[in-house]
Amino acid sequence: CSATNLEECMRKTQTVKYGEEVCFNGMLMLKASSSGLELGNCVWSIKGPRASITYLPSTVFVSAHALDCDYNSLKENDIILFSDFSSLDVMDENNENLGENAMLCDDSLSRDDGVDEDEYVQCLCKNDDIAEEIERISFICSCISDAIKSGGSVLIPIGRLGVILLILEHISETLLSSDMKVPIFMISGAAEKIISFTNAVPEWLCKPRQEKLFSREEEALFGHVELLKEGKLSLFPHLYSKGLLAAWKEPCIVFCPDWNLRHSTAVHLLRRWHADKRNLLVLEQGVDAELALKPFMPVAIQVLECSFLSGIKVRKVNPLLSVLKPKLVLFPEDLKSRCPSKEDAPWSYLYYSKGKTIEIPNTREDFEVGLPTDVAFGLQPRQLDKAIAVARLRAKLHLSKGQYVLVAPKDQSDESNRQLLHWGAVDAGRLLSALQEKGIECAFPADDDDGPAGCERSILITSPGEALVKMAPEKTVIYCDDESTTRLIYDALSSVCNGI
Amino acid sequence: MFDCGMHMGHHDHQRYPDFARILAATPGADFTSAISCVVITHFHLDHIGALPYFTEVCGYHGPIYMTYPTKALAPLMLEDYRKVMVDHRGEEEQYSYEDIQNCMKKVIPLDLKQTIQVDRELVIRAYYAGHVLGAAMIYAKVGDAALVYTGDYNMTPDRHLGAAQIDHLKLDLLITESTYAKTVRDSKHAREREFLKAVHKCVSGGGKVLIPAFALGRAQELCILLDDYWERMNLKIPIYFSAGLTIQANMYYKMLIGWTSQKIKDSYTVHNPFDFKHVCDFQRSFINDPGPCVLFATPGMISGGFSLEVFKRWAPSEKNLVTLPGYCVAGTIGHKLMSGKPTRIDLDKETHIDVRCQIHQLSFSPHTDSKGIMDLTEFLSPSHVILVHGEKPQMSFLKERIESELGMPCYYPANNETVSIPTTKNLKISATDKFIASCSTSQARDSTQKSNLICGNHLSGANGDEKLAEGILLMEKSKDAKILCEDELLQLLGAEGHSLQFEPLLHSRIGEAETDIVDDLASE
Repeated sequence: CSATNLEECMRKTQTVKYGEEVCFNGMLMLKASSSGLELGNCVWSIKGPRASITYLPSTVFVSAHALDCDYNSLKENDIILFSDFSSLDVMDENNENLGENAMLCDDSLSRDDGVDEDEYVQCLCKNDDIAEEIERISFICSCISDAIKSGGSVLIPIGRLGVILLILEHISETLLSSDMKVPIFMISGAAEKIISFTNAVPEWLCKPRQEKLFSREEEALFGHVELLKEGKLSLFPHLYSKGLLAAWKEPCIVFCPDWNLRHSTAVHLLRRWHADKRNLLVLEQGVDAELALKPFMPVAIQVLECSFLSGIKVRKVNPLLSVLKPKLVLFPEDLKSRCPSKEDAPWSYLYYSKGKTIEIPNTREDFEVGLPTDVAFGLQPRQLDKAIAVARLRAKLHLSKGQYVLVAPKDQSDESNRQLLHWGAVDAGRLLSALQEKGIECAFPADDDDGPAGCERSILITSPGEALVKMAPEKTVIYCDDESTTRLIYDALSSVCNGI
Repeated sequence: MFDCGMHMGHHDHQRYPDFARILAATPGADFTSAISCVVITHFHLDHIGALPYFTEVCGYHGPIYMTYPTKALAPLMLEDYRKVMVDHRGEEEQYSYEDIQNCMKKVIPLDLKQTIQVDRELVIRAYYAGHVLGAAMIYAKVGDAALVYTGDYNMTPDRHLGAAQIDHLKLDLLITESTYAKTVRDSKHAREREFLKAVHKCVSGGGKVLIPAFALGRAQELCILLDDYWERMNLKIPIYFSAGLTIQANMYYKMLIGWTSQKIKDSYTVHNPFDFKHVCDFQRSFINDPGPCVLFATPGMISGGFSLEVFKRWAPSEKNLVTLPGYCVAGTIGHKLMSGKPTRIDLDKETHIDVRCQIHQLSFSPHTDSKGIMDLTEFLSPSHVILVHGEKPQMSFLKERIESELGMPCYYPANNETVSIPTTKNLKISATDKFIASCSTSQARDSTQKSNLICGNHLSGANGDEKLAEGILLMEKSKDAKILCEDELLQLLGAEGHSLQFEPLLHSRIGEAETDIVDDLASE
């Protein structure tokens, strides 16, 4: 994938902000909201004229860096496409704390009528996720500080931006308290841009960080800005940049987010540090540590494998669904066993798995159409019986921003007065009377078969013009050359035949 | 409530909007229940100056919305103004420092283009307005009635801000500012050159330049301009910012780079334009220092405070220069200086100032000119227009232009006048699948539009010569109205269709003739 390919691809993408509604082809309204996992990560809401779908990838409800998952904006959608597979990676489901937290979120214990939405929301927003995350970060920082104390260096080839920013923030505190002066390097082609970018996007950060913008005491949104200013953190595009070679000092802490098992900054530094047991390697779980270290075996370097919050905890799935109140949930087959469906749920489940196409039924039968008042006033309703009235509608159908709207046609011809749909049989006798009432001279022809209903009848018209009307059970034909006479006959017919 | 500002020319109760009228309009209510929300477009005092008074003194406790930069910078403006009022003019404090803090805590920050559901019916959205950092135009919709209130905006980009940007929207009403309802501005470069020439001439002659400006807004723009020029011309003369506000302001501007111009956004990692090379902090003692310098001092129209203090000292010397912002409200010293060339200004009964310095009028105001107003109005194509934030004779002129050139009714109500605008309303009716399908097929045949699919307002079927959709509106007792196709109606009624045909008379005779022939033949 070349730089040109990347540029071409980015040129074709349209960027949107959280909460910005974008229309696709007039029919679909797309809206992204924060998912809480990383800066800029989102859940999507897709609304069409008859259906609304939430695409729900990995979500985090309380985050220490990114804006929390905005589930409130997803509440009216009918269908949820659940796509958060993070719990598949979680190793020890059994060891999860079955304490008081579980009680609140465990539906088998609570009854539907007893639990109201507020309790579900409370469960979702409990700080347990963020507390665990902060604990992990603190633990990592204490390991880092131990390694530094013993004279070793630390290599952190982690790519997750949120984690990097949090570690940087906590490290400065840890180092300050233990009075250690170790340089921190971040080596990546994107380092400079990313680092300055993160301090310029308050709208995308979690609320506590946004508050730093509004309070007068804070000077930056993230702790690393201070580190940069004080010269404790330096950024370099690659390992052999002139500046880095000049500034290099060991022991040090190195962040190298561009992780590649075979050729990257991390590999060079691993080669340099793998034999010293004072050094520390911090890896994200999932990266095959064995595979990564194989070329350097035997290693003496300490390896710390960490897993970070990657999505929704299993015990929060049902409370989330209870808050969102969908009609249908599309759920991964693979997660079915880990996350049992809620009993007596007011929504239904459809399970999807790899390679299988499933059809999603319509949640609604009818469409909703906007009828402007000027079109409504132009209607001429006709009462059919005590309970039903009908009106003929002639308008242009517009589709704009996912909504259908009827618009009055520019030319209002008086054809609109004509009835075009008729039903039921025509009673010949009633027609004759109606015609006569209009002053038309008419009569049944001599050979008219006055037989049982359902066979052909005729009426002969002599004045004001000549005409013949033939009535069959499902069809009536008016034979006439004169337009005005035809009109009179038609009006008479309309008055005795059901139509609109 | 769109904006909640203060009139800078009045020093008594007239400076505030007449809030009592809100209560008069909704009897029995208080402010919180009478108003769904307050939206502030930007941090200029004529748009936000009365907000702390409204919330803390009058007692409004509902939602308040403004953009992130506005929420960050407004307290600086408000606090600065409060100090000018109290410390320099010795006036009674209208609202305290705590009031400002408490007021701002209630504010909900908005990002651009976000659709915000304020309550069940009301939806608002902010669009980029240029003008100052964080200024927004506000779109508001209740049901099907929609309007845009522009606040103050600029249709041309400047050095640190982009131009106003908004989507094509279906609007019943556009409320637009009309500060320069009659003026069309010429090239910005020419005006910039004039300004730089005047400043350079003054400092070359050993003079001092006073640039009265609020710390936020024009000051940053002019600073970037001067900093660039100083760099190019290799000037060593100091440029001062009155201390305190600069540091804080610049810190904010760095965190809010996302709200500046595209050019800055593309290059700030390399060079942050708000890191001024030639700008230093000012000490009070420097006022009397000999030698040239340039000084930015607040407030902007020399209505009091530090800029007035400096003006008193520097105005008497003809070597010095005072540059005035493009627009000064009547009642301020700035306004007096702009109208004619006064040689003496009376501050009060006892004190006066001799004015011998040069006066240069800046004319790169961050407001749009009349061409910009017409362009925006044409672009949005609302059903009605209301002009605000201008002067009566110019507004009258612009109203005529809008009505004759754009063909939409236009109003320019005076303060405390009420205008009623009729709005669209759409009833929501169900329609069957079949009906929609039948319309779509006839329209799809006619449509050849295959261009960019992602666009905010794709109005399919906007072209005039399309087939009309035909359907039946069914109204059943105690059921919702529904639109059906003709055959669906027949099915519902359990009836068979009865077709009606029209034939020329001859055809009926043909049938008879045929029967006669057959009969004749038969009888032969």
